[in-house]
Amino acid sequence: MLRIEKTREGKNDILHLIGEVDASNSVLLDQSIQEVVQQGTSFLLIDGKELGYISSAGLGVFMSYLDDFSERGIRFAIFGLNDQVGEVFKILGLDRLISIVPDKSTAIASQHES
Amino acid sequence: MNPKYNLSCSTAALAELRSFLQQNLVAYRLSEGDKHQVTLAVEEVCANLIIHSHACNPKEEILLEVKEFNKKIIVEITDKGNAFNLLEYEVPNLNQVIEEKRKGGIGILLVKKIMDEIQFESKNGENICRLIKNFQP
Repeated sequence: MLRIEKTREGKNDILHLIGEVDASNSVLLDQSIQEVVQQGTSFLLIDGKELGYISSAGLGVFMSYLDDFSERGIRFAIFGLNDQVGEVFKILGLDRLISIVPDKSTAIASQHES
Repeated sequence: MNPKYNLSCSTAALAELRSFLQQNLVAYRLSEGDKHQVTLAVEEVCANLIIHSHACNPKEEILLEVKEFNKKIIVEITDKGNAFNLLEYEVPNLNQVIEEKRKGGIGILLVKKIMDEIQFESKNGENICRLIKNFQP
């Protein structure tokens, strides 16, 4: 089961993922990111505090947008992942390609630094 | 008796597969992190079979069996679809995946990084993939 809640705080768009992402529902994640990109955003944050599981289907969705984000100048970060889900990103080395931070305030603070 | 599970070839059945694995990996000497990763690796192989070898036909089935042997856990995945030998599959690198914007291809990479050993055999129309993880020392 996956539920995605979308919120906007100033110029930041946040997708809050609740549940598990696998091959049966990764299309929902894809659609949600697509919508945010099309509406125009400067900073897309993924709130992963309630993400219990993600398979390659979900990781692949994030990866498929990385070029798009950099071409459109969209900043992207994921925060709040639990240890086990965070480890899955690390196994593939995605933590070197995606900004993965402990919490929302760190994500927003890092935006102003760079 | 080794735990067994018949998985229907539908991606909607993957959540139930995870529950089966979570329940049955409890008994083995694996860290929580390892259990999570073995669950992921098994799901990746099954998702691949469901989509590519069985065209998501829920009437077809994949059989799973969890075994213990010599301080290792073995998850045996048996199916009768087109043989997919993941040992021969050339995994893409991350840059390729990003450049080509392809949404698949990294599942098998995960499986190869997570498992300590992978075996594959195909005979009489039956394919058996064994995913092996060593217990914690």
